[in-house]
Amino acid sequence: MKKYKWLVPTLYIIFLMLPIYWLINMSFKTTTEIINTYSLWPQKFTTENYVKIFTDSTWYMGYVNSIAYTVFNTVISVAAALPAAYAFSRYKFLGDKHLFFWLLTNRMAPPAVFALPFFQFYSSVNLFDTHIAVALSHCLFNIPLAVWILEGFMSAVPKELDETAYVDGYSFGRFFFKIFVPTIAAGIGITMFFCFMFSWVELLLAKTLTATEAKPIAATMTRTASTSGYELGLLAAAGTLTIIPGAIVIYFVKNYIAKGFAMGRV
Amino acid sequence: MNKTINQKAWYFVIPVFILVAFNAAIPLMTVVNYSFQETFGNNVFAWEGTRWFKQILLSERFHAALGRQFAFTFIILLIQIPLGIAIALTMPKKGWGVPVCLILMSMPLLIPWNVVGAMWNIFALPDIGFLGHTLNSLGFDYNFTQQPGDAWFTTILMDVWHWTSLVVLLSYAGLNSIQPAYYQAAEIDGASRWATFRYIELPKMKKVLTLAILLRFMDSFMIYTEPFVLTGGGPGNTTAFLSIDLVKMALGQFDLGPAAAMSLIYFFIVLLVCWVFYNLMMKNEAQS
Repeated sequence: MKKYKWLVPTLYIIFLMLPIYWLINMSFKTTTEIINTYSLWPQKFTTENYVKIFTDSTWYMGYVNSIAYTVFNTVISVAAALPAAYAFSRYKFLGDKHLFFWLLTNRMAPPAVFALPFFQFYSSVNLFDTHIAVALSHCLFNIPLAVWILEGFMSAVPKELDETAYVDGYSFGRFFFKIFVPTIAAGIGITMFFCFMFSWVELLLAKTLTATEAKPIAATMTRTASTSGYELGLLAAAGTLTIIPGAIVIYFVKNYIAKGFAMGRV
Repeated sequence: MNKTINQKAWYFVIPVFILVAFNAAIPLMTVVNYSFQETFGNNVFAWEGTRWFKQILLSERFHAALGRQFAFTFIILLIQIPLGIAIALTMPKKGWGVPVCLILMSMPLLIPWNVVGAMWNIFALPDIGFLGHTLNSLGFDYNFTQQPGDAWFTTILMDVWHWTSLVVLLSYAGLNSIQPAYYQAAEIDGASRWATFRYIELPKMKKVLTLAILLRFMDSFMIYTEPFVLTGGGPGNTTAFLSIDLVKMALGQFDLGPAAAMSLIYFFIVLLVCWVFYNLMMKNEAQS
């Protein structure tokens, strides 16, 4: 029984990799080959799909747009959440519990509910089709998440740290940035990872709030799939490329993922 | 931790408060506005009272979508939670296997949702997809674009593929926080594998599992992009879950009043279930 224990995770990983492999396999085939023949690997290996994406600006700008609003959103979310999480972890104040739950309710709000009002709201303030609009709208679910994760990490830091620093004559600002932030650096890293992740994968709001200038890569894909007669090879190549930023981010935080989940706050 | 009472802490919360209020309160008020009014375009509105709410609550379309949604959420929870625990229990605890497992298992979580849908669409196509081709050559009559049963099977399999890793990672973290002394004690007592799981591991995982169920409930209840790309809600309306139905009504048919009323009812259901979970979770936290 114990000897075969490795089988379960191995089978699971194979199951996870199969669709990804299929996507990569398709991305190196021509569309004609995809439609006409069934094969487990490309018969006529081609990189033309990738070449097309890297030379056509409507395609590669999609990546630039996606990365732009994702990074922008991560920065806003973490910057705003840091002081708030500190307040929740250290102080009691009027309405703190209600405020915390109210923040969480926004993580629970179905984006579909907000799609139409967001569209009208951002259009009326002339932010429609900008990176800022998407970055701000993703704050709806990323800020509550960031506050929640950071509060978990901050509560794990004993309050004595703050008190000792004040006794040593640190001002609040110096203490916060010189001592406190470095102490919870791992927590900030994990928070950034999750903000990045949820902003990167979200599409409904990103698609609703953009037209041409800030269109995310994922939306470019949807359009291409429906209008130009299902160019499967191109679609597969674009899909494969969207996996890469995520894979890079995971590689950097791999040692912290389990720790972040251990806080029970994701 | 004993917290100091300090009303000035509000200043720290102001940026978050403003950003979220700007994003949540204003759009939500728009929805509330629409839900009580009839619109004739050009910003002309007429008061309708609770008509839209009655209409939605009594409509068969809403009942059907809600039923499908609950069935879907229930099935995926029933599969993902036990499967996630089982995988976490069998994962390596140290050595080179740990980062390999963690990296590979996190992969599906970081793929944009519509790419997940598109990927599964290509993977499941009956003639040229690996899954569809394999099933058909094994003698199953499989076609997820035509047969509702197959569409459900594919959607559920896709969700299991996409999100089980989240349950795995959470359970794994929960298991890792158990001190070795507990296992030694169990060994001395001659506890069986099942008893160790039932009386040591499961209680220690209670907190993360509540969280896993909460997250999976919330996210599966809001699911939109993946089934929309995979099946488009079809064949017919058989995989049109609440969000898909809502977007169809709001952005497709522009029935603002009924769509707004449905939004509020939808949000209220999610909120209600989550509030129950949240209280359970906080109670757990207070105990530990």
